[in-house]
Amino acid sequence: MAERTNEAWVADLRGPGREQALADLRDFLVRGLGYAMADRPSVTEADVEDFAQEALMKIVDNLDSFRGESRFTTWAQKIAVRVAFTELRRKRWKDVSLQDLITRYDGVDFTPVVLTDPDASPEQRAGQQAMMDIVQRLITEELTDRQRQALTAVMIGGMSTEEVARRMGTNRNALYKLLHDARQKLKQQMTAEGLSIQDVLSAFA
Amino acid sequence: MEIEPERLKRIVYGTLTTRPDEIDCDECFEQLDRFVDMVLAGKDAAEAMPLVQDHLDRCGDCREEFEALLAALRAVA
Repeated sequence: MAERTNEAWVADLRGPGREQALADLRDFLVRGLGYAMADRPSVTEADVEDFAQEALMKIVDNLDSFRGESRFTTWAQKIAVRVAFTELRRKRWKDVSLQDLITRYDGVDFTPVVLTDPDASPEQRAGQQAMMDIVQRLITEELTDRQRQALTAVMIGGMSTEEVARRMGTNRNALYKLLHDARQKLKQQMTAEGLSIQDVLSAFA
Repeated sequence: MEIEPERLKRIVYGTLTTRPDEIDCDECFEQLDRFVDMVLAGKDAAEAMPLVQDHLDRCGDCREEFEALLAALRAVA
C-alpha cells in the first residue's frame, strides 16, 4: 500500500485518486481486522471482508468529521473495529434473553446472592457477604426500574452495554449515562452507610 | 444463585470510584484514535488523557474495541 499523509488520504478519497485509495484503505482495514479477530474462530474471512466494506462506506460518508488529530489510518481502523464489534455482540448474545438475565439476579422473590470464594478467610467471607447484602438492598431501594435493569444486566450479568441498550430501545451512550447516574446514587448511599474503598480492598485481598 | 466475588468487587469498587466528570462512550470513541496513537508511540496515554483511561477501565465495550484496535494497528503498522 502506498504511504500517504493524512492530507493525501483525504484528498485521494475525494479526488481522482479515489479508486486506488479505496482499494488501499480496504486492504488495510481487512488486514487489521484479520489480526484483531484472529483469536475468534467464529469470525470468517468473509465476515472480515463484510465489516471492512461497511466501514469503508461509513468512513467515506464521514470524512468531514476527521479532524486530523491522529493518523488517518488509526481513525479509519477505529470505525472498522466499531462496525465489527457491533455485529459480533449481536451474534454473541443472540441466545441470551435480557429478561431472563435480569430476573436471574433481580427476581420478585429476592434470593440473597451467595458468594463463593474458596480463598477468602472466614472474616473476609463475612465482609464480602455483608457488602453483597448492601449492594442488593441499595439496587432494589435506590434505583429506578430502568437503572436497576441496566445495572443488573451490565454490571452483574456481564452483558455488553451496546446489546443491553439495543434491547432496551436506547443507545450505548445513553445507557452509559443511565448507569453513571445509577452509580452516583449508589455511591452516595454506600458512602452514607460507611462503606469505603478500603473496605473493598480488605474484603477481597 | 451465585456471583463471583471478583464481580462483586468490581461493582462496589466501580461504584465507589464513580466520578462526576466521567466521559461517555461517544466522547471516548471521539478521542480513542488519538489515545491509541499515543500508546503506539510509546507515550503515557493514560496520563495525558486520564478521562479516556478512566472510561476504558469502566466500560467493557469500549475497552474491548480499544484492545482490538491496538492489536490491529500493532500488526499492520
